[in-house]
Amino acid sequence: MTINQLSIFIENRQGTLLQVLDLFKRAGIQIIATNLADTVEYGILRIICTEPQKAFEALKKEGLAVNMTEVFAVEIDNEAGRGADAIASFVNQGVSIAYLYSFIVDGKGILIFRTDNPAWAAEAISKNQLSTLSEKDLPSLV
Amino acid sequence: MIWNQNKECMSTDEMRALQGRRLHKIVKYVYHNVPFYRNKLQEMDVTPDDIRSIEDIHKLPFTTKQDLRDNYPFGLQAAPKSEVIRVHASSGTTGNPTIVGYTRKDIEVWSECMTRCLTAYGVSRDDIFSVAYGYGLFTGGLGAHYGVENLGAAVVPTSTGNTEKHVRLIRDLGITGIACTPSYALYLAETMDHMGISKNDIRLRVGAFGAEPWTESMRTEIESRLGLKGFNLYGLSEIMGPCVSYECQEQHGSHICEDHFFPEIIDPETLQPLPYGEVGELVFTTLTKEGMPLLRYRTKDLCSLMNDPCPCGRTSVRMGRILGRSDDMLIIRGINVFPSQVESVVLSMPEFAPRYLLVIDRVNNLDTLQVQVEVRQEYFTEQFDTLGALGTLEKRLANKLKSVLSISAKVQLKAPGTIERSQGKSKFVLDKRQLK
Repeated sequence: MTINQLSIFIENRQGTLLQVLDLFKRAGIQIIATNLADTVEYGILRIICTEPQKAFEALKKEGLAVNMTEVFAVEIDNEAGRGADAIASFVNQGVSIAYLYSFIVDGKGILIFRTDNPAWAAEAISKNQLSTLSEKDLPSLV
Repeated sequence: MIWNQNKECMSTDEMRALQGRRLHKIVKYVYHNVPFYRNKLQEMDVTPDDIRSIEDIHKLPFTTKQDLRDNYPFGLQAAPKSEVIRVHASSGTTGNPTIVGYTRKDIEVWSECMTRCLTAYGVSRDDIFSVAYGYGLFTGGLGAHYGVENLGAAVVPTSTGNTEKHVRLIRDLGITGIACTPSYALYLAETMDHMGISKNDIRLRVGAFGAEPWTESMRTEIESRLGLKGFNLYGLSEIMGPCVSYECQEQHGSHICEDHFFPEIIDPETLQPLPYGEVGELVFTTLTKEGMPLLRYRTKDLCSLMNDPCPCGRTSVRMGRILGRSDDMLIIRGINVFPSQVESVVLSMPEFAPRYLLVIDRVNNLDTLQVQVEVRQEYFTEQFDTLGALGTLEKRLANKLKSVLSISAKVQLKAPGTIERSQGKSKFVLDKRQLK
Protein backbone atom coordinates (compact mmCIF):
# COMPACT_ATOMS: atom_id res chain seq x y z
CA MET A 1 0.00 0.00 0.00
CA THR A 2 2.97 2.32 0.67
CA ILE A 3 6.38 2.73 -0.91
CA ASN A 4 9.63 4.22 0.31
CA GLN A 5 10.44 7.71 -0.78
CA LEU A 6 13.76 9.45 -0.24
CA SER A 7 13.77 13.06 0.94
CA ILE A 8 16.99 15.00 0.62
CA PHE A 9 17.64 18.42 2.12
CA ILE A 10 19.46 20.52 -0.45
CA GLU A 11 20.51 24.12 -0.39
CA ASN A 12 19.63 26.52 -3.17
CA ARG A 13 23.12 26.57 -4.53
CA GLN A 14 24.38 25.66 -7.94
CA GLY A 15 25.42 22.01 -8.15
CA THR A 16 23.57 20.58 -5.15
CA LEU A 17 20.90 18.86 -7.27
CA LEU A 18 23.51 17.44 -9.61
CA GLN A 19 25.47 16.05 -6.66
CA VAL A 20 22.45 13.93 -5.70
CA LEU A 21 21.58 12.83 -9.23
CA ASP A 22 25.19 11.89 -9.94
CA LEU A 23 25.11 9.58 -6.98
CA PHE A 24 22.13 7.71 -8.41
CA LYS A 25 23.89 7.55 -11.74
CA ARG A 26 27.05 6.04 -10.26
CA ALA A 27 25.04 3.53 -8.22
CA GLY A 28 23.02 2.52 -11.27
CA ILE A 29 19.74 3.27 -9.56
CA GLN A 30 16.96 4.58 -11.75
CA ILE A 31 14.71 7.40 -10.66
CA ILE A 32 11.02 6.81 -11.33
CA ALA A 33 9.59 10.09 -10.13
CA THR A 34 10.93 13.16 -8.43
CA ASN A 35 9.69 16.40 -6.97
CA LEU A 36 11.57 19.42 -5.71
CA ALA A 37 9.88 21.69 -3.18
CA ASP A 38 11.77 24.89 -2.54
CA THR A 39 11.92 27.85 -0.19
CA VAL A 40 14.14 30.88 -0.64
CA GLU A 41 17.18 29.20 0.81
CA TYR A 42 16.75 25.46 0.59
CA GLY A 43 14.57 22.73 -0.80
CA ILE A 44 13.52 19.15 -0.24
CA LEU A 45 14.15 16.83 -3.14
CA ARG A 46 11.82 13.83 -3.06
CA ILE A 47 12.65 10.76 -5.09
CA ILE A 48 10.92 7.48 -5.91
CA CYS A 49 13.46 5.04 -7.30
CA THR A 50 14.03 1.38 -8.08
CA GLU A 51 16.19 0.61 -5.03
CA PRO A 52 15.39 3.07 -2.24
CA GLN A 53 17.31 1.23 0.50
CA LYS A 54 20.50 1.10 -1.53
CA ALA A 55 20.13 4.74 -2.58
CA PHE A 56 19.49 5.75 1.04
CA GLU A 57 22.77 4.14 2.16
CA ALA A 58 24.71 5.79 -0.66
CA LEU A 59 23.29 9.25 0.06
CA LYS A 60 24.00 8.90 3.76
CA LYS A 61 27.55 7.84 3.09
CA GLU A 62 27.98 10.99 1.02
CA GLY A 63 27.07 12.97 4.14
CA LEU A 64 23.76 14.28 2.83
CA ALA A 65 20.76 14.96 5.02
CA VAL A 66 18.44 12.26 3.73
CA ASN A 67 15.57 10.28 5.12
CA MET A 68 13.34 7.50 3.95
CA THR A 69 9.63 8.11 4.33
CA GLU A 70 6.71 5.84 3.64
CA VAL A 71 4.32 7.47 1.21
CA PHE A 72 1.12 6.28 -0.38
CA ALA A 73 1.14 5.47 -4.09
CA VAL A 74 -2.38 5.26 -5.49
CA GLU A 75 -3.04 4.09 -9.01
CA ILE A 76 -5.76 5.81 -11.03
CA ASP A 77 -7.15 5.46 -14.52
CA ASN A 78 -5.71 7.73 -17.16
CA GLU A 79 -8.91 9.76 -17.58
CA ALA A 80 -10.07 13.22 -16.68
CA GLY A 81 -11.54 13.43 -13.17
CA ARG A 82 -10.01 10.27 -11.69
CA GLY A 83 -7.57 12.28 -9.58
CA ALA A 84 -10.42 14.25 -8.07
CA ASP A 85 -12.32 11.03 -7.33
CA ALA A 86 -9.34 9.49 -5.58
CA ILE A 87 -8.65 12.54 -3.45
CA ALA A 88 -12.36 12.85 -2.63
CA SER A 89 -12.28 9.42 -1.03
CA PHE A 90 -9.46 10.54 1.24
CA VAL A 91 -11.03 13.86 2.07
CA ASN A 92 -14.26 12.08 2.99
CA GLN A 93 -12.28 9.96 5.40
CA GLY A 94 -10.86 13.10 7.07
CA VAL A 95 -7.36 12.55 5.69
CA SER A 96 -5.29 15.67 5.13
CA ILE A 97 -2.51 15.60 2.59
CA ALA A 98 0.88 17.12 3.38
CA TYR A 99 2.25 17.01 -0.16
CA LEU A 100 1.44 15.27 -3.42
CA TYR A 101 2.95 14.69 -6.83
CA SER A 102 2.06 12.40 -9.72
CA PHE A 103 3.34 10.65 -12.80
CA ILE A 104 2.05 8.39 -15.54
CA VAL A 105 3.44 4.94 -16.18
CA ASP A 106 2.12 2.18 -18.45
CA GLY A 107 -1.07 4.11 -19.13
CA LYS A 108 -1.85 4.51 -15.44
CA GLY A 109 -1.70 7.62 -13.31
CA ILE A 110 0.16 7.33 -9.99
CA LEU A 111 -0.52 9.75 -7.13
CA ILE A 112 2.23 9.90 -4.52
CA PHE A 113 1.34 11.61 -1.25
CA ARG A 114 2.14 11.85 2.40
CA THR A 115 -0.38 12.22 5.17
CA ASP A 116 -0.11 12.49 8.92
CA ASN A 117 -3.09 10.10 9.28
CA PRO A 118 -1.79 6.95 7.53
CA ALA A 119 -4.28 4.69 9.29
CA TRP A 120 -7.26 6.66 7.98
CA ALA A 121 -5.74 6.77 4.52
CA ALA A 122 -5.38 2.98 4.56
CA GLU A 123 -8.99 2.73 5.59
CA ALA A 124 -10.07 4.97 2.73
CA ILE A 125 -8.08 2.86 0.29
CA SER A 126 -9.68 -0.43 1.29
CA LYS A 127 -13.15 1.08 1.62
CA ASN A 128 -13.02 2.52 -1.89
CA GLN A 129 -11.08 -0.42 -3.32
CA LEU A 130 -8.35 1.82 -4.72
CA SER A 131 -5.36 0.06 -6.14
CA THR A 132 -1.97 0.98 -4.76
CA LEU A 133 1.68 0.28 -5.44
CA SER A 134 3.95 -1.41 -2.98
CA GLU A 135 7.70 -1.72 -2.63
CA LYS A 136 7.95 -4.84 -4.78
CA ASP A 137 6.29 -3.07 -7.71
CA LEU A 138 9.05 -0.47 -7.98
CA PRO A 139 11.59 -2.36 -10.15
CA SER A 140 8.88 -3.20 -12.68
CA LEU A 141 8.01 0.43 -13.22
CA VAL A 142 11.11 1.10 -15.31
CA MET B 1 28.77 76.55 26.13
CA ILE B 2 30.46 74.66 28.95
CA TRP B 3 28.28 73.20 31.71
CA ASN B 4 30.90 72.77 34.43
CA GLN B 5 33.68 75.28 33.74
CA ASN B 6 35.36 74.38 37.01
CA LYS B 7 35.80 70.68 36.21
CA GLU B 8 35.88 70.66 32.43
CA CYS B 9 38.50 73.40 32.18
CA MET B 10 40.58 72.58 35.25
CA SER B 11 44.35 72.84 34.78
CA THR B 12 46.00 69.49 34.17
CA ASP B 13 48.00 69.68 37.41
CA GLU B 14 44.90 70.39 39.46
CA MET B 15 43.02 67.59 37.68
CA ARG B 16 45.78 65.06 38.38
CA ALA B 17 45.84 66.10 42.04
CA LEU B 18 42.05 65.75 42.28
CA GLN B 19 42.19 62.36 40.56
CA GLY B 20 44.94 61.24 42.95
CA ARG B 21 42.86 62.16 46.00
CA ARG B 22 39.78 60.47 44.56
CA LEU B 23 41.73 57.35 43.58
CA HIS B 24 43.07 56.97 47.11
CA LYS B 25 39.55 57.31 48.46
CA ILE B 26 37.97 54.85 46.05
CA VAL B 27 40.69 52.23 46.63
CA LYS B 28 40.14 52.56 50.37
CA TYR B 29 36.39 52.28 49.83
CA VAL B 30 36.54 49.08 47.75
CA TYR B 31 39.22 47.61 50.02
CA HIS B 32 36.80 47.81 52.92
CA ASN B 33 33.58 46.99 51.07
CA VAL B 34 34.33 44.57 48.21
CA PRO B 35 35.98 41.28 49.22
CA PHE B 36 36.91 40.65 45.58
CA TYR B 37 39.12 43.77 45.53
CA ARG B 38 40.45 43.31 49.05
CA ASN B 39 41.66 39.82 48.12
CA LYS B 40 43.19 41.03 44.88
CA LEU B 41 45.00 43.93 46.56
CA GLN B 42 46.24 41.72 49.38
CA GLU B 43 47.55 39.20 46.86
CA MET B 44 49.48 42.02 45.20
CA ASP B 45 50.59 43.31 48.59
CA VAL B 46 49.02 46.71 47.98
CA THR B 47 47.19 48.68 50.65
CA PRO B 48 45.10 51.82 50.15
CA ASP B 49 47.94 53.80 51.71
CA ASP B 50 50.19 52.85 48.79
CA ILE B 51 47.89 54.83 46.50
CA ARG B 52 48.87 58.46 46.99
CA SER B 53 48.74 59.94 43.49
CA ILE B 54 47.15 59.14 40.17
CA GLU B 55 50.49 57.67 38.97
CA ASP B 56 50.03 54.95 41.57
CA ILE B 57 47.15 53.58 39.50
CA HIS B 58 49.64 51.24 37.84
CA LYS B 59 49.91 49.34 41.13
CA LEU B 60 46.25 48.38 40.94
CA PRO B 61 44.79 45.20 39.47
CA PHE B 62 42.67 45.14 36.31
CA THR B 63 38.99 44.19 36.31
CA THR B 64 37.43 42.30 33.42
CA LYS B 65 33.95 41.44 32.20
CA GLN B 66 34.68 37.90 33.38
CA ASP B 67 35.14 39.22 36.94
CA LEU B 68 31.70 40.84 36.69
CA ARG B 69 30.22 37.58 35.50
CA ASP B 70 31.96 35.52 38.16
CA ASN B 71 30.57 37.81 40.83
CA TYR B 72 27.02 37.86 39.46
CA PRO B 73 24.81 39.48 40.50
CA PHE B 74 25.95 41.81 43.30
CA GLY B 75 29.44 40.53 44.19
CA LEU B 76 31.21 43.71 43.10
CA GLN B 77 28.65 45.99 44.65
CA ALA B 78 30.26 48.23 47.28
CA ALA B 79 27.25 50.15 48.57
CA PRO B 80 24.79 48.46 50.89
CA LYS B 81 21.57 47.37 49.18
CA SER B 82 19.59 50.03 51.01
CA GLU B 83 21.63 52.74 49.23
CA VAL B 84 21.00 51.36 45.74
CA ILE B 85 18.15 53.15 43.96
CA ARG B 86 18.43 51.73 40.45
CA VAL B 87 19.71 48.60 38.73
CA HIS B 88 20.58 48.24 35.04
CA ALA B 89 21.58 45.07 33.23
CA SER B 90 23.44 44.48 30.01
CA SER B 91 23.72 41.33 27.98
CA GLY B 92 26.14 38.66 29.12
CA THR B 93 27.86 35.99 27.11
CA THR B 94 26.75 32.90 28.92
CA GLY B 95 23.32 33.85 30.11
CA ASN B 96 24.49 35.97 33.04
CA PRO B 97 23.85 39.62 32.33
CA THR B 98 26.08 42.30 33.82
CA ILE B 99 24.28 43.89 36.75
CA VAL B 100 25.07 47.46 37.78
CA GLY B 101 23.51 49.07 40.86
CA TYR B 102 23.48 52.86 41.25
CA THR B 103 23.18 54.92 44.41
CA ARG B 104 21.39 58.27 44.45
CA LYS B 105 24.75 60.02 44.15
CA ASP B 106 25.72 57.82 41.17
CA ILE B 107 22.57 58.90 39.37
CA GLU B 108 23.42 62.53 40.16
CA VAL B 109 26.95 62.15 38.76
CA TRP B 110 25.57 60.40 35.70
CA SER B 111 23.06 63.19 35.10
CA GLU B 112 25.75 65.84 35.64
CA CYS B 113 28.10 64.20 33.13
CA MET B 114 25.31 63.68 30.63
CA THR B 115 24.46 67.36 30.97
CA ARG B 116 28.08 68.24 30.18
CA CYS B 117 27.73 66.22 26.96
CA LEU B 118 24.49 67.91 25.93
CA THR B 119 25.85 71.38 26.67
CA ALA B 120 28.93 70.66 24.58
CA TYR B 121 26.64 69.67 21.70
CA GLY B 122 24.94 73.06 22.01
CA VAL B 123 21.72 71.87 23.65
CA SER B 124 20.11 74.33 26.07
CA ARG B 125 16.94 74.81 28.14
CA ASP B 126 15.22 76.09 25.01
CA ASP B 127 15.47 72.75 23.22
CA ILE B 128 12.93 69.97 22.90
CA PHE B 129 14.93 66.77 22.99
CA SER B 130 13.86 63.32 21.92
CA VAL B 131 15.56 60.35 23.58
CA ALA B 132 15.29 57.47 21.13
CA TYR B 133 17.54 55.01 22.87
CA GLY B 134 15.74 52.04 24.35
CA TYR B 135 14.31 52.70 27.81
CA GLY B 136 14.66 49.78 30.15
CA LEU B 137 17.51 47.60 31.34
CA PHE B 138 19.73 49.25 28.72
CA THR B 139 21.37 52.39 30.13
CA GLY B 140 20.90 54.47 26.99
CA GLY B 141 17.32 55.65 27.43
CA LEU B 142 17.21 56.58 31.11
CA GLY B 143 20.80 57.83 31.09
CA ALA B 144 20.19 60.38 28.36
CA HIS B 145 16.76 61.20 29.80
CA TYR B 146 18.11 62.30 33.18
CA GLY B 147 20.76 64.44 31.50
CA VAL B 148 18.17 66.32 29.45
CA GLU B 149 16.00 66.91 32.51
CA ASN B 150 19.00 68.02 34.55
CA LEU B 151 19.88 70.52 31.82
CA GLY B 152 16.33 71.84 31.85
CA ALA B 153 15.43 71.12 28.24
CA ALA B 154 12.14 69.34 27.57
CA VAL B 155 12.67 65.63 27.17
CA VAL B 156 10.44 63.54 24.90
CA PRO B 157 10.97 59.91 25.96
CA THR B 158 10.37 58.38 22.55
CA SER B 159 12.38 55.20 23.10
CA THR B 160 12.71 52.90 20.09
CA GLY B 161 10.09 51.58 17.71
CA ASN B 162 7.08 53.25 16.10
CA THR B 163 9.28 55.34 13.86
CA GLU B 164 6.46 56.98 11.88
CA LYS B 165 4.92 58.35 15.06
CA HIS B 166 8.35 59.56 16.07
CA VAL B 167 8.76 61.42 12.78
CA ARG B 168 5.36 63.07 13.25
CA LEU B 169 6.35 64.16 16.77
CA ILE B 170 9.65 65.56 15.51
CA ARG B 171 7.73 67.64 12.96
CA ASP B 172 4.69 68.61 15.04
CA LEU B 173 6.48 69.43 18.32
CA GLY B 174 9.39 71.11 16.59
CA ILE B 175 11.85 68.75 18.26
CA THR B 176 15.35 70.21 17.99
CA GLY B 177 17.58 67.51 19.44
CA ILE B 178 17.73 63.73 19.35
CA ALA B 179 19.75 60.98 21.02
CA CYS B 180 19.80 57.59 19.28
CA THR B 181 22.09 55.12 17.57
CA PRO B 182 23.55 56.43 14.30
CA SER B 183 21.91 53.62 12.35
CA TYR B 184 18.54 54.54 13.83
CA ALA B 185 19.12 58.14 12.74
CA LEU B 186 19.54 56.92 9.17
CA TYR B 187 16.46 54.75 9.50
CA LEU B 188 14.59 57.81 10.67
CA ALA B 189 15.73 59.62 7.50
CA GLU B 190 14.44 56.72 5.37
CA THR B 191 11.12 56.79 7.16
CA MET B 192 10.86 60.52 6.54
CA ASP B 193 11.45 59.90 2.84
CA HIS B 194 8.65 57.34 2.76
CA MET B 195 6.33 59.72 4.56
CA GLY B 196 7.20 62.54 2.19
CA ILE B 197 8.64 64.70 4.97
CA SER B 198 11.79 66.60 4.09
CA LYS B 199 14.45 68.01 6.39
CA ASN B 200 13.00 71.46 5.70
CA ASP B 201 9.78 70.39 7.42
CA ILE B 202 11.55 69.64 10.70
CA ARG B 203 13.68 71.61 13.14
CA LEU B 204 16.23 69.03 14.30
CA ARG B 205 19.64 70.66 14.76
CA VAL B 206 21.58 68.45 17.21
CA GLY B 207 22.07 64.69 17.30
CA ALA B 208 23.79 62.72 20.09
CA PHE B 209 24.83 59.44 18.54
CA GLY B 210 26.41 56.46 20.23
CA ALA B 211 26.01 52.90 21.52
CA GLU B 212 27.48 51.48 18.32
CA PRO B 213 30.51 52.15 16.14
CA TRP B 214 30.03 54.64 13.32
CA THR B 215 32.10 56.42 10.74
CA GLU B 216 32.68 59.92 9.38
CA SER B 217 30.81 59.01 6.21
CA MET B 218 27.78 57.99 8.28
CA ARG B 219 28.03 61.31 10.09
CA THR B 220 28.04 63.20 6.78
CA GLU B 221 25.06 61.25 5.53
CA ILE B 222 23.01 61.69 8.73
CA GLU B 223 23.82 65.39 8.85
CA SER B 224 22.81 66.02 5.26
CA ARG B 225 19.62 63.97 5.44
CA LEU B 226 18.33 65.21 8.80
CA GLY B 227 19.76 68.73 8.61
CA LEU B 228 21.46 68.53 12.00
CA LYS B 229 24.95 68.41 13.44
CA GLY B 230 25.82 64.96 14.79
CA PHE B 231 28.02 64.42 17.85
CA ASN B 232 29.61 61.33 19.30
CA LEU B 233 28.40 60.13 22.69
CA TYR B 234 30.33 57.32 24.39
CA GLY B 235 29.63 55.28 27.44
CA LEU B 236 29.30 51.78 28.81
CA SER B 237 27.02 50.47 31.49
CA GLU B 238 29.78 48.87 33.57
CA ILE B 239 31.29 52.32 34.09
CA MET B 240 28.06 54.35 34.11
CA GLY B 241 26.17 54.51 30.81
CA PRO B 242 26.16 57.18 28.10
CA CYS B 243 28.07 60.26 29.41
CA VAL B 244 31.62 58.92 29.79
CA SER B 245 32.89 61.02 26.87
CA TYR B 246 31.47 63.46 24.34
CA GLU B 247 32.49 65.55 21.36
CA CYS B 248 32.54 69.33 21.54
CA GLN B 249 31.94 71.68 18.60
CA GLU B 250 35.52 71.02 17.42
CA GLN B 251 34.70 67.34 16.88
CA HIS B 252 38.30 66.29 17.30
CA GLY B 253 38.04 63.43 19.75
CA SER B 254 35.63 62.98 22.65
CA HIS B 255 36.27 64.75 25.95
CA ILE B 256 36.29 62.33 28.87
CA CYS B 257 34.66 63.27 32.18
CA GLU B 258 37.98 62.41 33.74
CA ASP B 259 37.22 63.79 37.17
CA HIS B 260 34.88 60.77 37.45
CA PHE B 261 36.28 58.23 34.98
CA PHE B 262 40.05 57.96 34.74
CA PRO B 263 41.17 56.67 31.31
CA GLU B 264 44.22 54.64 30.40
CA ILE B 265 45.31 52.97 27.19
CA ILE B 266 47.09 49.65 27.56
CA ASP B 267 48.61 47.10 25.26
CA PRO B 268 46.00 44.30 25.41
CA GLU B 269 48.74 41.66 25.21
CA THR B 270 51.34 42.93 27.68
CA LEU B 271 48.87 45.01 29.75
CA GLN B 272 51.50 47.77 29.86
CA PRO B 273 50.30 51.39 29.64
CA LEU B 274 50.74 53.08 26.27
CA PRO B 275 51.53 56.77 25.71
CA TYR B 276 49.11 59.36 24.32
CA GLY B 277 48.43 58.90 20.63
CA GLU B 278 48.99 55.16 20.55
CA VAL B 279 46.12 52.80 19.86
CA GLY B 280 45.41 50.20 22.51
CA GLU B 281 42.70 48.97 24.82
CA LEU B 282 40.77 51.60 26.73
CA VAL B 283 40.67 51.11 30.51
CA PHE B 284 38.58 53.08 32.98
CA THR B 285 38.72 53.51 36.73
CA THR B 286 35.62 55.00 38.32
CA LEU B 287 36.87 57.67 40.73
CA THR B 288 33.62 58.56 42.47
CA LYS B 289 31.24 55.68 41.95
CA GLU B 290 29.46 54.35 45.04
CA GLY B 291 27.27 51.52 43.76
CA MET B 292 29.72 49.45 41.76
CA PRO B 293 33.12 51.13 41.62
CA LEU B 294 35.56 49.44 39.22
CA LEU B 295 39.34 49.61 39.23
CA ARG B 296 41.04 49.60 35.83
CA TYR B 297 38.12 48.06 33.99
CA ARG B 298 39.16 46.72 30.60
CA THR B 299 36.56 47.96 28.11
CA LYS B 300 38.00 45.88 25.22
CA ASP B 301 37.40 48.95 23.04
CA LEU B 302 40.42 49.90 20.97
CA CYS B 303 41.25 53.60 20.58
CA SER B 304 43.85 56.22 21.46
CA LEU B 305 43.92 59.13 23.93
CA MET B 306 44.84 62.74 23.17
CA ASN B 307 45.93 65.44 25.57
CA ASP B 308 46.78 68.31 23.26
CA PRO B 309 44.81 71.48 24.02
CA CYS B 310 41.36 71.67 22.48
CA PRO B 311 40.31 75.07 21.05
CA CYS B 312 36.95 74.70 22.82
CA GLY B 313 38.63 75.53 26.14
CA ARG B 314 38.11 72.20 27.83
CA THR B 315 41.28 70.72 29.22
CA SER B 316 40.10 67.14 29.60
CA VAL B 317 41.81 64.21 27.92
CA ARG B 318 40.06 63.14 24.71
CA MET B 319 39.59 59.72 23.18
CA GLY B 320 39.63 59.00 19.46
CA ARG B 321 37.04 56.97 17.62
CA ILE B 322 36.60 53.36 18.66
CA LEU B 323 38.55 51.43 16.04
CA GLY B 324 37.55 47.93 17.05
CA ARG B 325 37.47 45.43 19.89
CA SER B 326 40.14 43.36 21.52
CA ASP B 327 37.59 40.58 22.04
CA ASP B 328 34.97 39.10 19.74
CA MET B 329 32.02 41.20 20.90
CA LEU B 330 29.83 42.53 18.11
CA ILE B 331 27.58 45.55 18.36
CA ILE B 332 24.46 44.96 16.31
CA ARG B 333 21.74 47.62 16.31
CA GLY B 334 23.35 48.99 19.47
CA ILE B 335 23.10 45.67 21.30
CA ASN B 336 26.18 43.77 22.45
CA VAL B 337 26.29 40.31 20.94
CA PHE B 338 28.90 37.67 21.66
CA PRO B 339 29.27 34.72 19.26
CA SER B 340 29.36 32.46 22.32
CA GLN B 341 25.75 33.42 23.09
CA VAL B 342 24.70 32.08 19.69
CA GLU B 343 26.85 29.02 20.27
CA SER B 344 25.11 28.18 23.54
CA VAL B 345 21.70 28.35 21.85
CA VAL B 346 22.77 26.23 18.88
CA LEU B 347 24.32 23.63 21.19
CA SER B 348 21.09 23.42 23.17
CA MET B 349 19.21 22.10 20.12
CA PRO B 350 20.25 18.57 19.09
CA GLU B 351 18.83 19.07 15.60
CA PHE B 352 21.84 21.21 14.70
CA ALA B 353 25.52 20.45 14.36
CA PRO B 354 27.71 22.41 16.83
CA ARG B 355 28.75 24.77 14.08
CA TYR B 356 27.43 28.11 12.98
CA LEU B 357 28.22 31.25 11.05
CA LEU B 358 27.05 34.74 12.00
CA VAL B 359 26.63 37.03 9.02
CA ILE B 360 26.22 40.68 9.93
CA ASP B 361 25.36 43.22 7.30
CA ARG B 362 23.85 46.66 7.06
CA VAL B 363 20.80 46.83 4.77
CA ASN B 364 19.01 50.16 4.34
CA ASN B 365 21.08 51.49 7.23
CA LEU B 366 19.86 48.85 9.65
CA ASP B 367 22.08 46.09 10.93
CA THR B 368 20.96 42.59 10.04
CA LEU B 369 22.03 39.40 11.73
CA GLN B 370 21.80 36.07 10.02
CA VAL B 371 22.65 32.83 11.79
CA GLN B 372 23.56 29.91 9.56
CA VAL B 373 23.30 26.46 11.12
CA GLU B 374 23.75 22.96 9.79
CA VAL B 375 20.91 20.49 10.06
CA ARG B 376 22.44 17.39 11.61
CA GLN B 377 22.25 14.40 9.30
CA GLU B 378 20.75 12.06 11.86
CA TYR B 379 18.09 14.59 12.79
CA PHE B 380 16.80 14.98 9.27
CA THR B 381 14.28 12.25 9.93
CA GLU B 382 10.80 11.51 8.73
CA GLN B 383 9.32 14.32 10.79
CA PHE B 384 11.44 16.87 8.93
CA ASP B 385 10.30 15.63 5.57
CA THR B 386 8.07 18.67 5.00
CA LEU B 387 8.97 22.32 4.47
CA GLY B 388 6.49 23.18 7.19
CA ALA B 389 8.42 21.17 9.77
CA LEU B 390 11.71 22.73 8.71
CA GLY B 391 10.10 26.16 8.94
CA THR B 392 8.98 25.39 12.48
CA LEU B 393 12.50 24.28 13.39
CA GLU B 394 13.85 27.56 11.99
CA LYS B 395 11.31 29.51 13.99
CA ARG B 396 12.15 27.67 17.23
CA LEU B 397 15.81 28.57 16.85
CA ALA B 398 14.95 32.17 15.91
CA ASN B 399 12.78 32.54 19.02
CA LYS B 400 15.49 31.14 21.29
CA LEU B 401 18.08 33.45 19.75
CA LYS B 402 15.79 36.43 20.19
CA SER B 403 15.28 35.72 23.87
CA VAL B 404 19.02 35.33 24.51
CA LEU B 405 20.36 38.10 22.26
CA SER B 406 17.52 40.63 22.62
CA ILE B 407 17.61 41.22 18.88
CA SER B 408 16.04 39.29 16.02
CA ALA B 409 18.20 37.04 13.93
CA LYS B 410 17.31 35.44 10.64
CA VAL B 411 17.99 31.73 10.71
CA GLN B 412 19.31 29.98 7.64
CA LEU B 413 19.37 26.19 7.56
CA LYS B 414 22.33 24.66 5.77
CA ALA B 415 23.04 21.14 4.63
CA PRO B 416 25.38 19.04 6.80
CA GLY B 417 29.05 19.80 6.32
CA THR B 418 28.54 22.99 4.33
CA ILE B 419 29.66 25.52 6.94
CA GLU B 420 33.39 25.90 6.73
CA ARG B 421 35.32 24.28 9.57
CA SER B 422 37.79 26.62 11.15
CA GLN B 423 40.20 26.84 14.04
CA GLY B 424 40.02 30.51 14.91
CA LYS B 425 36.96 31.81 16.70
CA SER B 426 36.71 34.85 14.47
CA LYS B 427 35.92 32.59 11.55
CA PHE B 428 32.45 32.07 13.04
CA VAL B 429 31.66 35.65 12.18
CA LEU B 430 31.36 37.35 8.82
CA ASP B 431 30.88 41.06 9.36
CA LYS B 432 30.04 42.65 6.03
CA ARG B 433 29.45 46.12 7.46
CA GLN B 434 32.33 48.30 6.45
CA LEU B 435 32.63 50.59 9.41
CA LYS B 436 36.37 51.08 9.58
